[in-house]
Amino acid sequence: MTRWLMRRRVAAWLIFGGFAALPLIAALTGDPYLVVVATRILAFAMAALALDLILGYGGMVSFGHAAYLGIGAYAVAILSRAGITDLGAHLGAAVIAGAAFALVTGAISLRTRGIYFIMITLAFAQMAYFFFVSLSAYGGDDGVTLTTRSTVLGQDWLADDRVLYYAALAMLLGLYLLCVAITGSRFGRVLTGARENPLRMQAVGFTPFRFQLTAFVISGAMTAIAGVILANQASFVSPSYMNWHRSGELVVMVVLGGIGNLLGAIAGATLALLLEEWLALFTEHWRLIFGTLLILVVLFSRDGLTGLFKGRGK
Amino acid sequence: MSLLSVRGLRKSYGALKVTDDLDLEVTEGELHAIIGPNGAGKSTLIAQLSGQAGSDAGSVRFAGAEMMGRPMPARVRAGMSRSFQITSILPGFTVLQNVATAVQAHSGSSFRFFAPVARDADLNAQALEALSRVGLADRAQTRAGSLSHGEKRALELAIALATRPRLLLLDEPLAGTSGAEAERLVQVMAGLKGQVTLVLIEHDMDAVFALADRVSVLVYGRIIATGTPDQVRADPAVRAAYLGDA
Amino acid sequence: MTSLFLLQLLNGVQLGVLLFLIAAGLTLVFGIMDFVNLAHGVIYMVGAYLVVMFAGMTGSYGLGLLLTLPATLVIGLVLEALIFRRLYDRPHLDQVLATFGLVMVVTELVKIIWGQSPLSILPPDALSGSVPLVGALRYPVFRLVVIGAGLAVAVGLWLVITRTRIGMQLRAGASNRAMVGALGVDIGRLFTVIFAFGAMLAGFAGAMVAPILSVDPGMGESVLILAFVVIVIGGIGSVKGAFAGALLVGIVDTLGRSFGPIILRAVMEPSAAAQTGRVLAPMLVYVLMAAILAARPQGLFGARP
Ligand SMILES: Nc1ncnc2c1ncn2[C@@H]1O[C@H](COP(=O)(O)OP(=O)(O)OP(=O)(O)O)[C@@H](O)[C@H]1O
Ligand SMILES: [Mg+2]
Repeated sequence: MTRWLMRRRVAAWLIFGGFAALPLIAALTGDPYLVVVATRILAFAMAALALDLILGYGGMVSFGHAAYLGIGAYAVAILSRAGITDLGAHLGAAVIAGAAFALVTGAISLRTRGIYFIMITLAFAQMAYFFFVSLSAYGGDDGVTLTTRSTVLGQDWLADDRVLYYAALAMLLGLYLLCVAITGSRFGRVLTGARENPLRMQAVGFTPFRFQLTAFVISGAMTAIAGVILANQASFVSPSYMNWHRSGELVVMVVLGGIGNLLGAIAGATLALLLEEWLALFTEHWRLIFGTLLILVVLFSRDGLTGLFKGRGK
Repeated sequence: MSLLSVRGLRKSYGALKVTDDLDLEVTEGELHAIIGPNGAGKSTLIAQLSGQAGSDAGSVRFAGAEMMGRPMPARVRAGMSRSFQITSILPGFTVLQNVATAVQAHSGSSFRFFAPVARDADLNAQALEALSRVGLADRAQTRAGSLSHGEKRALELAIALATRPRLLLLDEPLAGTSGAEAERLVQVMAGLKGQVTLVLIEHDMDAVFALADRVSVLVYGRIIATGTPDQVRADPAVRAAYLGDA
Repeated sequence: MTSLFLLQLLNGVQLGVLLFLIAAGLTLVFGIMDFVNLAHGVIYMVGAYLVVMFAGMTGSYGLGLLLTLPATLVIGLVLEALIFRRLYDRPHLDQVLATFGLVMVVTELVKIIWGQSPLSILPPDALSGSVPLVGALRYPVFRLVVIGAGLAVAVGLWLVITRTRIGMQLRAGASNRAMVGALGVDIGRLFTVIFAFGAMLAGFAGAMVAPILSVDPGMGESVLILAFVVIVIGGIGSVKGAFAGALLVGIVDTLGRSFGPIILRAVMEPSAAAQTGRVLAPMLVYVLMAAILAARPQGLFGARP
């Protein structure tokens, strides 16, 4: 177990070191687009990390996590429209809204298991999607373009792509460390135990529901933070953030990197987005290739993707 | 005096009355064995007492408080703990983690998000103590899923012990164990006598008659006799319904 | 007002019938095989595209429909043999990923073959008119045909499930999967049959609504998720539940959209009522689902939570 933790620490240094050096590489190669893509990657890495917390550790297959991306993004759009551009306010609103949505929908979804849970989380995300589609004050289906990025101390520092990038990187690092702490804590042990064997956990005196719901809420709030970054990166917010395909992609990212070890989620997000970008260079129908790869990998690895990248930790 | 007092307990699966107007008194400090043929409803009774399964009617009073309608975790926290006939552990956890999790359930809040639980000396010490009791201390760092069957049975018992129960409900703890392993577990239970009240379900009659202070015989969801091992052995109804066939 | 209500009620029933055709196959797949299939919606979409194509080739909607049914049945059989069969005993997560991949592949193929922009097809001449309902109110014949066809399928399914041997196996399987194997039923064959038949029903639904809705690559998605809501409400594995849930969802959704703003006008000023109504109406079915789940986590007719 400790050897596993050491390896994870080394891998974490490599991954975060690589991300930290990336703008320099971009400057050297004279490719500013790289930083833009990388910011997107960081935002999705946050969301995948949040999903891994409940999927990998809690065993809850949420198929509606894109809703929280959208909630975070709309927190930026709505507050900015009201003249509040401060990043702290945006993050605060996103976290509260994301947590509230997770609390209500989680409390209902967690009354069920298995297929039910998957379908219900998907349905609630679709509900959020339709809510914003019909919200004509914010552009409905077409969304809204943000005139400015979030400000910090009244300054528009984030307008510089590289500053935004490093801000996103700092947040990802913070969330990663938070997840490392949570999964190694008393709370994390109960959460993992409830995934392993809920009956056993009840028989020693735990009520798994409380722990699962708490983790669900934490995860929702974290994903909403990713939405804030995504909105700032694109300077644009629309219901398409909540499309169920996006929820599916988040699950793919988590599984691609290996579930239940946090870093895997970050690696998976990076891998999936790079693959997307790369395939899109060749054809606009890159989804055909992406989807085929997905099916083949699930079918032909012994235990599916989950077995191909085994790396479970407690 | 009675620690556990069961009155008029009933449960049916469809037309099958699995628990049929059952009364049971368990005195504080005793080891009370429940024996009965396969399918008599012993595991179902444990499930009803522990709150895993619901009951159709009746009352279950533990330490003076009504337990009926309370969920399983609440009953465990009140001091009623149980083991399972079919081993139920956390297979991906280490042996130590399995027991430490049970310790954690009754010592302090589990809504702590930052301090690393692996380095919680208090939890680990108590867990090791429970493991030593069942002879698993040297397996503490092994993945529980890779233990042998007999070791898993011992772990099952250690987990139940680690919740510090006043009443321990053991559902066939010896099931499937080899001679030496069974011997060891019988020793452990003998050592527990007097410290904790035990309800023991067991098919191994040698173990039952060696350990039990009192024995109840359950047949078709009803207790047909209760008494000391000698009384029960001599009971004609028991001989007819059960021991005679066995 | 009453005639508007009647009209919308019929529209609601029509949506419900459509959802039933999609949900019926899906709920059996979920219930009996404990299998998550996200790709059911794309088969509905393919059904719509196929009827457009076959009708174009033969010059007749009816012939197109006749060709679409076996085509979707075959698609179901092929997919089951190539992909789904290998996933039955895998974790839900793998099933989700593989069928999600399939959604991407099929959607993209449809875009490549038929293009991005919506297609449309006219109902057959004989069914293109409208009939008087009450007073001056008229209703399109074709929509009535859709309702009738859906109800006929429901009755047919009910007969199959209650009166035939395979129906008995289905009912046993939906409530207790281990039972079916114990009874000596060839589970593999049963699964194949359910699967292919479910695909054909979905394809039939797509073909039936092609003349009413626009046929586009996104049409399967919203319907798939509504079908999930239907199944959750009705209870996994229950065809009866799927029928009740489908009508409930269809009617609540349709009436909510048209009467929500009107009802809200009683407590709000008209413009605010219209606004709020527009935002809240699409959420109504999800709220309904949440309410039913809160009271009965296993759904209206479900056995297992
Ligand atoms: N969930 C259930 N549904 C239907 N019948 C059940 C269920 N659980 C148990 N039964 C039936 O109830 C009866 C009692 O079962 P139980 O497991 O309590 O017996 P037992 O005394 O523990 O037997 P054993 O000695 O074999 O462990 C059996 O006939 C069993 O088939
Ligand atoms: Mg038993």
